[in-house]
Amino acid sequence: MTEAEILSRPVATKTDQAVVSCHDVRKTYAMGEQSLEVLKGVSFDIWPGEFVAIMGPSGSGKSTLLNLIGALDGPTSGALQIDGTDISNLESDALAHLRNRVIGFVFQQFNLLRRTSALENVKLPLLYTTHHPRHPDEMAEQRLNEVGLGDRLDHTPSQLSGGQQQRVAIARALVNNPRLILADEPTGALDTKTSNDIMELFTKLHAQGMTIIMVTHEPDIAEYASRLLRFRDGLLVEDIEQQPRKIAP
Amino acid sequence: MNMAVYLSSALAAIRLNAMRSMLTALGVIIGVASVIVMSAIGSGARQEVEKSISRLGTNMLTVSPGSRRSGGAQGGAGTASPLSQEDMDALWQRVPSVTAITANLSANATLVYGNQNWATSVTGTNESFPVVRDWNVAQGRYFDAAEVARGAKIAVVGSTVARQLFGGGSVVGERVRIGGAPFEIIGVMETRGQAGGFRDQDDVVMIPISTARARFAGQDVSVPNQVGSILVKIDNGEDLALAQDEIANVLRHRRRIRPGAQDDFRIRNVAEIVQARTAAQRTLTWLLAATAAVSLIVGGIGIMNIMLVSVTERTREIGLRMAVGARRRDILAQFLTESIVLCIAGGIIGLGLGVAATYGISKLAGWPVLIDTTIILIGIGASALVGMVFGYIPARQAALLNPIDALRFE
Ligand SMILES: Nc1ncnc2c1ncn2[C@@H]1O[C@H](COP(=O)(O)OP(=O)(O)O)[C@@H](O)[C@H]1O
Ligand SMILES: [Mg+2]
Repeated sequence: MTEAEILSRPVATKTDQAVVSCHDVRKTYAMGEQSLEVLKGVSFDIWPGEFVAIMGPSGSGKSTLLNLIGALDGPTSGALQIDGTDISNLESDALAHLRNRVIGFVFQQFNLLRRTSALENVKLPLLYTTHHPRHPDEMAEQRLNEVGLGDRLDHTPSQLSGGQQQRVAIARALVNNPRLILADEPTGALDTKTSNDIMELFTKLHAQGMTIIMVTHEPDIAEYASRLLRFRDGLLVEDIEQQPRKIAP
Repeated sequence: MNMAVYLSSALAAIRLNAMRSMLTALGVIIGVASVIVMSAIGSGARQEVEKSISRLGTNMLTVSPGSRRSGGAQGGAGTASPLSQEDMDALWQRVPSVTAITANLSANATLVYGNQNWATSVTGTNESFPVVRDWNVAQGRYFDAAEVARGAKIAVVGSTVARQLFGGGSVVGERVRIGGAPFEIIGVMETRGQAGGFRDQDDVVMIPISTARARFAGQDVSVPNQVGSILVKIDNGEDLALAQDEIANVLRHRRRIRPGAQDDFRIRNVAEIVQARTAAQRTLTWLLAATAAVSLIVGGIGIMNIMLVSVTERTREIGLRMAVGARRRDILAQFLTESIVLCIAGGIIGLGLGVAATYGISKLAGWPVLIDTTIILIGIGASALVGMVFGYIPARQAALLNPIDALRFE
């Protein structure tokens, strides 16, 4: 699939089309002579508006899976569709375009550009859009307002708390109106109180209809999700719908 | 991502490591400064040559004694038997294209007027000197053939000598002592002006060549009626090379040089004379050209090295940019822009240093210099090229990173 074809995909996706569709996805890392199969055939669909928590012991392949869904890496075999696009055989420019327009990534370590203001950090994905937005500053500022940092536009990461830095990262993930937010242990570097604040933000996004996939190993964080996928040794072992935890009023 | 964004992010990255960037760009700075100085001296010298040629006229030849071969050893210039008055007369009679001819015999002497002293070069000439050199008398007159024949103690001075010895006062008719002997000044030459890096042409005294031979060159004279060199003016319409050959033939015959043997005299035209004088400038120009080339290459390697360091340091940043949608070509362009901007910044600093050094050298050495705008563009262009060539490998390395590996990089 070419970049042009991705661009021409319909903006309003049918509700019967999965946002993520995995079919027998495998990932094997070559380690010199040996090879390590980290994902051993994983199949599931994620539908628009779902808030999915991925749990599992350390080393069970959660991050590997999220990176595949985030188009940062390709599966060794199997079919992986993101927003209707099979990404297994995409060339690097098309993958970059997908990461730019369809996916918003949130990392455990925030990954903000140091000595760069919150506003500039949020604008970063806009630099790489093929159609340059007319008002990038306004777009970024609006996102920072939404995550509650409208008064911190000029702060650099070192002038922000961990929770605030993660909010900047979430604003950055949202700035290009993605179809899907991917978060790999977004609260892993935060204390309990701040973690709950971040989860409230995710819950709010979920309520607005955003599809979210979040890796976590903390059960009370996973409670915010509407669906739970549990992994062990590279296999999906549990897939349950759940009533998301309510936010304290 | 557009150019303005690449530029601003490049400038930001350079500012983040201002000191390191400066040191990195040092090679480029020195390289461009050398390019500027080199070209300024080169163009200055070239312009000087052209000025001198147009002033002296292209149709003048000088004949001077050459080197002598004895056994297998080659002597230095002027070691061959000197030229004489008879050589000059032969050229005048036997070479038709010669329209005027004069001989020179120079010595250093001190002029004394009252309590004023002035050490200068005293040149014995004959009456044709003003015609051969296209150099007229401003006040008074030049000496005539009769005065040359009888060895009169009269002198014509250059404007520098006139100014130094007489201040603003009258010159013509005054009596001075030259090397102890009394002389009467009968004329002052027109001002020729300082010939750039060359000696002051107006700091001269002309006396009849017979007088010079008798009074100043006596101990050096090894042939009767010796002259130092002969200046020949060739008819404007004549072929200079042809005239040069004719002169050589006459002299070879007179001086009994066997066919196949080397000339023991030298015939040079004005361009050759002036170019010989600019040899020092040319040596320095080559030295600077070598410095410029080496500095730019060493500077480029320094740039490449620091860009490789920068790519490693910023691996996670590269991973992040890729994760939010940067394509390989965006990363390539970003790092390439950074190294080009770094080099151009170095080039601009080098430009400033080069201009300053150029004026310093022209003050100190008294050399003519000329900075043209094209060399400024070449200097900046060369630094941009260095940035592009040596920034490519690091930029490519950054662009080819795998997003996952880059993000995970510790
Ligand atoms: N690039 C890689 N090369 C080799 N092995 C890797 C690589 N990335 C991850 N792994 C291995 O794959 C396994 C799963 O890793 P990961 O997906 O990060 O687990 P989780 O996020 O569930 O803790 C681990 O054993 C890890 O060492
Ligand atoms: Mg992990």
